[in-house]
Amino acid sequence: MDVVKVSGKNTTHKVLIYAISTCAWCKMAKDFLKDNHIEYEYVDVDLCNDEDKAKISQDILKKGGRLSYPAIIIDDKILINGFRKDKITEALEI
Amino acid sequence: MITLEQVRRRAESDAKTYGYYLHPDPVFLNDLLEGLKRNEERYGYPFCPCRLATGKFELDRDIICPCDYRDPDVQEYGACYCALYVRKDLYEGKTPILPVPERRPMEKQIRAYGIASVEPSAEKPVEKIEVTPQESAAEIKLKLWYCKQCGYVVFREEPPYICPICKAKRELFAQIEIRVDAHG
Repeated sequence: MDVVKVSGKNTTHKVLIYAISTCAWCKMAKDFLKDNHIEYEYVDVDLCNDEDKAKISQDILKKGGRLSYPAIIIDDKILINGFRKDKITEALEI
Repeated sequence: MITLEQVRRRAESDAKTYGYYLHPDPVFLNDLLEGLKRNEERYGYPFCPCRLATGKFELDRDIICPCDYRDPDVQEYGACYCALYVRKDLYEGKTPILPVPERRPMEKQIRAYGIASVEPSAEKPVEKIEVTPQESAAEIKLKLWYCKQCGYVVFREEPPYICPICKAKRELFAQIEIRVDAHG
């Protein structure tokens, strides 16, 4: 699985985005974190192999999320489905 | 190879036909159109750029743009799932364009992604879903449906949410049963 790390000054929280490489909302979420200097990692799920796709889907469902993207996982527990700026801002305390 | 301009013209034409508008932000719109182009190039059909496809036509059929969920989503939320198509009030900025919750049924997603089972976590239990790996595109049962209001006929797993011709709701669709009697 190709996990890409984007460095940022704010490393308070561990942020992982499951994204789709063609998704405009996912791009918006990535840009939002970058603009706010949040360090994060992302995986473009559509570019993964089938085994990894299944693993990611199970991970999202186990965390109580839906299979919609972006799926943003904060500190391994909070899962935000979709680019919900209000929820992201609240979870990241920015 | 399809060009970005062809993808744009196709979306514009479809929006006009159905009385919708394309996303008003040119950068966001361009990202969506690029996504559709990329999907058409890599899979052969333009499925939703914001969803995960399998590359198997039968499993992705409902998310080929314009997806099966566009019309009910635009009706309810003012925008389709990826926000390519929006209602006039959203286009004009009178209503904000927010992410639309996924309407695609969970069982279709599970079937598409080939997940055998999901063990819910103790903290956030989710409904347990099990799909046997044997379930595949070949087992999708297609049926004939007709709109009782306008007569539109469609050969799909399920009837559309909204009739693309007369806008009748799904409830107005009935299945066409074909019976063959042999005599003699």
